[in-house]
Amino acid sequence: MRFGVVRFPGSCDEVDAVHACERVPGASAQLLWHRDPDLHGVEAVVVPGGFSYGDYLRVGAIARFSPVMESVIRFSRGGGLVLGICNGFQVLCEAGLLPGALLPNDHLRFRCRQVELEGVEAGTSFTGELTAGERISVPVKHTSGRYYAPPEQLESMHAQGQVVLRYAPGHNPNGSLEDIAGVRNEAGNVLGLMPHPEHAADPLSGSDDGLRIFTSIAHAHA
Amino acid sequence: MRARVLVRPKEGILDPQGVAVERALPALGFEGVANVHVGRLIELDIDDASRLPEMCEKLLANPLIEDYEIVEPA
Repeated sequence: MRFGVVRFPGSCDEVDAVHACERVPGASAQLLWHRDPDLHGVEAVVVPGGFSYGDYLRVGAIARFSPVMESVIRFSRGGGLVLGICNGFQVLCEAGLLPGALLPNDHLRFRCRQVELEGVEAGTSFTGELTAGERISVPVKHTSGRYYAPPEQLESMHAQGQVVLRYAPGHNPNGSLEDIAGVRNEAGNVLGLMPHPEHAADPLSGSDDGLRIFTSIAHAHA
Repeated sequence: MRARVLVRPKEGILDPQGVAVERALPALGFEGVANVHVGRLIELDIDDASRLPEMCEKLLANPLIEDYEIVEPA
């Protein structure tokens, strides 16, 4: 399994993401530079956290038009697995690969802390290693993570099982609608989440629960 | 042509920046202020102003969460 991790100017979590991918047995990972449209044959793409292009205009708005993203969009339309974390989630929403948008936190503060997540949809390409309702512990660190989707869109997302992860009761760090932490597209091959599984992929960091998102991707691909 | 685009948070979506400003004003002695909303002003020189709506839809605003208004000064 070969993972590719996008690196934009302003990315800051790509190295941890590479590390997390490499902890999956049998997997390797390489960085994908934002100006290079060649995905170098990787079998899954991670769009990592950070402040791509300075987050100018709106979070994720400029990164969406980078050469690498044009290729990631094509890759996803062909069924390729794409994981967007934090800023990567914002980029995928701006690119129209995922429904909804991420708004400034309701309290307007940067929030950095460990949170508990509940797997709402187990058995997806990203949560195959989780059981429904199971809790995992991973950190969040963001200023614009308040998930929003218009009511009619949200209804259709529920019908299609697109809400994949929620903050456990009392753990919503940003005012997200219905405690939503992670959503997937209709086809099920693109997932975005605000919390950082790549920062919880090694027991040294206090939790390695996040690694299971990456192992799920590898198993879904196999 | 010089053009201006006003981008506002969509009505009904919580605008925490507006709320923060609204709460700060009375602390400075400015009473009687309500419904504060904070948006963006984008100014640009453009040859073909008919392309502005498309530009707004694709980049300058996110129509899911924002409304935009194109202002073209005479």
